[in-house]
Amino acid sequence: MSRFTRRDFLKFTGAASALGVVGHPFNAFAAGAAGRVVVIGGGFGGATVAKYLHRINPAIHVTLIEPNAEFVTCPFSNLVVAGMRDLASISHGYERLRDKYAVNVIHEAATSVDPVAKKVVLASGKFVPYDRLVMSPGIRMLWGEIEGYDEAAAEKMPHAWKAGPQTLNLRRQLEAMPDGGTVIIAPPANPYRCPPGPYERASLIAHYLKQNKPKSKILILDAKDKFSKQPLFEQGWNKLYPGMIEWVKGTKGGRVVRVDTSSNTVYNEIGDAFKADVINLIPPQAAAEITQAAGVADSTGWCPVNQVTFESLMQKDVHVIGDSSIAGAMPKSGYAASSEGKVAATAIATHFAGLEMPEPSYVNTCYSLMAPDYGISVAAVYRMTDDGITKVEGSGGDSPLLATEGQRRMEAVYATGWYDSVTSDMFW
Amino acid sequence: MRTANRLKAPLLILAALLCLPIVANAELQKSEISRGAMLSNTCAGCHGTDGKSPGAVPSINGKPKEFLEMAIKKYRSGEWDSTVMRRHVRGYTDEEISLIAEYFASKK
Repeated sequence: MSRFTRRDFLKFTGAASALGVVGHPFNAFAAGAAGRVVVIGGGFGGATVAKYLHRINPAIHVTLIEPNAEFVTCPFSNLVVAGMRDLASISHGYERLRDKYAVNVIHEAATSVDPVAKKVVLASGKFVPYDRLVMSPGIRMLWGEIEGYDEAAAEKMPHAWKAGPQTLNLRRQLEAMPDGGTVIIAPPANPYRCPPGPYERASLIAHYLKQNKPKSKILILDAKDKFSKQPLFEQGWNKLYPGMIEWVKGTKGGRVVRVDTSSNTVYNEIGDAFKADVINLIPPQAAAEITQAAGVADSTGWCPVNQVTFESLMQKDVHVIGDSSIAGAMPKSGYAASSEGKVAATAIATHFAGLEMPEPSYVNTCYSLMAPDYGISVAAVYRMTDDGITKVEGSGGDSPLLATEGQRRMEAVYATGWYDSVTSDMFW
Repeated sequence: MRTANRLKAPLLILAALLCLPIVANAELQKSEISRGAMLSNTCAGCHGTDGKSPGAVPSINGKPKEFLEMAIKKYRSGEWDSTVMRRHVRGYTDEEISLIAEYFASKK
């Protein structure tokens, strides 16, 4: 600080404006012991890593690149689909990150990364230099993997697997459908974002239909033969919505391979046609486009990382967290992304300071609501082992199958508490 | 040169003012890179940052270390009933529980 003279100040700001550098004008201060961190993506992973970097060391200059003015969470978006909440209640701004945690928030899309020159290129053509880059960009839909299902088709058959306009699209279609109609939900094969999400969605849509259109049916055409918290979901469906939800497993004709939006029909591998009033097609996914541009995704479409620090195995000084990363036994969930963000923040801050990082510890906790007063959960504690991130033996698991109504009610209360806490841990 | 000198003072003041909020306490918080912090950070997703919960999950900040340690161990053994806590705390050793209790006890 004391060595930073007016001359340096002028030189740096002059150089910065001449080169079109976007970023904090005092980045130069931190280039030594603290450093500049650029985060791509302001979701569960990115917002958490930005906030925790500042908590750990306020001298670290953090820039967050996120095109959207607000983050709309996928968790609890099924409540919007079911008419239990509005979109505003699951939308979060970045003001606190900027004002309380000194994060330089740039609302622009990152279009590419130059890992050699160590800079992120923005849609405007400007660039942001970094000492360490954290990528938490989420997923992209693999358009065309299911024949006929592209971006245009997703307007007719919404995936609603990125929260926002797609969520409202699905909601509107449910409101418009007649009583006695059919809703198809078609979840993809593993791995994909939020493993229990499609089944929570089926439950809450059933809750809406039971109240408003009780003669309607839900058909789940699944690419898989089993799914997350399956015994708990099936138990809940039988209890809460008997006869309303039918699940077809992948090897029994559940795998959708083609869609026809003009007739609102989907087809399985052997050509059986399924027509419905509302079709929620959740396509196969991979790490977001920017991971391809940055060269951090492998042939699986996901990003291999050192699971202690979340540094990319493909590019130096780049970390990948959240749904994009391959994080051992951890699922692609918001809570997991946030947990990974804290581990990555500790790894980066200790690296800058030349200190040893403590042994990483990770957790996942996911609640699913099956009705407003009926919740179930899955949880686990993880440690790094020779096999990568692994569940600690004896920890975690699903809610018990044998539970009282009171326990299910308490888990519904805690689901809301979980939502309030995990989002405040990112933004407040 | 006179012009340059006249500019010098305001620029230095400007630079100093802009620096102030950024460099105040701008140093590594060692308590936040401790093993206790690493373990406790995993709790914050449900209990809130520093254990201060904004909603239905109980806050755990500022409670006596002995109480937190006892509570976690009673959840672990099943002596205290819980929905999800037992599934979590079975993932931690006695030593780790002690570090977590110490961390949240220190957060006022």
